[in-house]
Amino acid sequence: MMKRVIEYLRSLLLLELLAGMGLTMRHFFRPRITINYPEEKTPKSPRFRGLHALRRYPNGEERCIACKLCEAVCPALAITIDSTENDDGSRRTTAYEIDLFKCIYCGLCEESCPVDSIVLTGVLEYHMESREEGILTKDKLLAIGDRYESEIAENRNKDAAYR
Amino acid sequence: MIVQELIFYAFSLVMVFAAVAVITVRNPVYAVLFLVLAFFSAAAIWMLLEAEFLAIILVVVYVGAVMVLFLFVVMMLDINLVPLKEGFIRYLPVAAIVAVAMAIELLMVLWSRGRFGVDMFPVPPPHSADYSNTRELGELLYSNYLLPFEVAGVVLLVAIIAAVALTLRTRPGIKVQNPSVQVRTRRDASVRLVKMKSEKPRGA
Amino acid sequence: MFEMIESVFNWIQSQYLIWTVLKIVVIVLPLITAVAFYTYFERKVIGSMQIRVGPNRVGPLGLIQPFADVFKLLLKEIVLPTNANRFLFVTAPVIALAPAFAAWAVVPFNDFLVLADVDAGLLYVLALTSLGVYGIIIAGWASNSKYAFLGAMRAAAQAVSYEIAMGFALVGVLILAGSMNLREIVLAQQGGIFDWYWLPLFPLFVIYMISGLAETNRAPFDMAEGESEIVAGFHVEYSGAAFAVFFLAEYANMILISGLTAIMFAGGWLSPFEGWPVIGDTFLGQGSIIWFLAKTVIFMFMFLWYRATWPRYRYDQIMRLGWKVLIPITLVWVMLSALMTVLGIVVKGS
Repeated sequence: MMKRVIEYLRSLLLLELLAGMGLTMRHFFRPRITINYPEEKTPKSPRFRGLHALRRYPNGEERCIACKLCEAVCPALAITIDSTENDDGSRRTTAYEIDLFKCIYCGLCEESCPVDSIVLTGVLEYHMESREEGILTKDKLLAIGDRYESEIAENRNKDAAYR
Repeated sequence: MIVQELIFYAFSLVMVFAAVAVITVRNPVYAVLFLVLAFFSAAAIWMLLEAEFLAIILVVVYVGAVMVLFLFVVMMLDINLVPLKEGFIRYLPVAAIVAVAMAIELLMVLWSRGRFGVDMFPVPPPHSADYSNTRELGELLYSNYLLPFEVAGVVLLVAIIAAVALTLRTRPGIKVQNPSVQVRTRRDASVRLVKMKSEKPRGA
Repeated sequence: MFEMIESVFNWIQSQYLIWTVLKIVVIVLPLITAVAFYTYFERKVIGSMQIRVGPNRVGPLGLIQPFADVFKLLLKEIVLPTNANRFLFVTAPVIALAPAFAAWAVVPFNDFLVLADVDAGLLYVLALTSLGVYGIIIAGWASNSKYAFLGAMRAAAQAVSYEIAMGFALVGVLILAGSMNLREIVLAQQGGIFDWYWLPLFPLFVIYMISGLAETNRAPFDMAEGESEIVAGFHVEYSGAAFAVFFLAEYANMILISGLTAIMFAGGWLSPFEGWPVIGDTFLGQGSIIWFLAKTVIFMFMFLWYRATWPRYRYDQIMRLGWKVLIPITLVWVMLSALMTVLGIVVKGS
């Protein structure tokens, strides 16, 4: 009985509600943890899996040997490769397409590549304005690779110790 | 003065129109909203009589509370109009008699030269600026009419209790939530914090 | 040049109608601006309480954000739902907005700055705050939508329940002040911060703020909106300018309730330091409109603070709180405040 009365009086004092308000007030004066995205960015791991790229050897030759391991391993069936034999007897791709709408960015293609040709770069800020742009052709992939080669190579180096 | 008369006629016209609309429109929600309009116009006319307390109380009580509940009920009803119109002809004679009787009574009040004639009542003198309608009402209610006022209060209280007693029933065998009990629940009643050492992986 | 301005000014003052319209404009325009920045203020404050930064993209510190929002809403299409009641659907936002603005007519900003110094000011305010719910009910019904209708039902029940508690809380004030004129209520609280009515009427003060939350449909009483239960309640079907008007009404109501709390319980324009040694003799000890605005802003901040802190009440809990907790407490305290006046514990204008 007495306990009920005390409890009743306690609830009239709104202690729990005031405790909650104290909590929000404490947070009010805390430094913000927001990262203002375009100006500030969170650090990115060298293993980050972003936009795809095809790499070249330093002498300008394409690395890809059209082994189609990536095509086989791709769980989303996002990669399509056509290949032919060159004059010197080496296998080369005639078409290498990645459908970005299918791709799940798992990185298995990169893992499977015996010559480190297909890689996932750290690029995450890209967009497309029509559906066709979502399919990366070989030219585009090579262009991306050329553009970010230094960054790609650096990330590979950093990660090399753990492989 | 002319302005006052204009205002009076404007509000009376709106009020009469709204009152007629209440009983003629088909949609019950419209009827309630027209009733609200009628109350508003009535409040405005009372305001012209310098009865601002009554005018605002009319708005607070009727428009602010009673009509909201009316709307609440009327909106949830799905009234079928056809059965309501049945028997219109059958009840017409009785209704006509009642209506005519009321009209005659009203006309008697307006035109009779006897007790209720308009000319029997003098125009009330305009009050001074510091006249408070509310104070006058309060003083009358709590002196001359104290007993009727208190009796009215008790009667209303009885009505409230009766309404609660008539509708409150506890049905056995159904599951209900009791918010009071739910609100009283404390964390200790359902959560137990246990201290324990963190386990280490084998061989570590 | 100066004489000309003065003669124009005198002429305007002699024209009663024009003068009144001017005064209305002077009250309403800052009010609308205040509403605009209140939305910005809300997002910033709640952001801070959640350790975020809030809007900071449009203009310096995001200060232009409210205008961007308004223009966005005004340019959007007003969608009329099929089978909606067109006339009521369009009028509902206006009905919601009108009382929120009209109530400012009797609010005294300081000793002489008040549009209409009416005798029954408190009753007038009570009447108008009780009208706001019509906009919500009509909107819910006219939308011809389940969720909107549920929101309207909840709003109706809630408004009727909390009006009683709110009315009784104000009865306590007018027993102590002995007047229903808002200006006289403030003057009756004459004195420093401890002479204001929040102290003798503390429970009524708290209850007034709680029922103010309920009347304005703000968290934790935002049942009518309840976006996690009934989508957006009464205004699900509203878009564009019509929605903007509802938004305006809600925030104008919050500012109104904050201003009224300042008048009824926190001494309106009076200075908290009145009669204090040293500080009471400086300009801070003088009552002025600045104090009124400062108090209003504090109560406006409280609204946001509540919203950032508490989760939404459940419907039956709201009804229980209103009828079984708040109304009995107010009844008891109204009796106590009558005793306080009779025994002379609280003296008018001490």
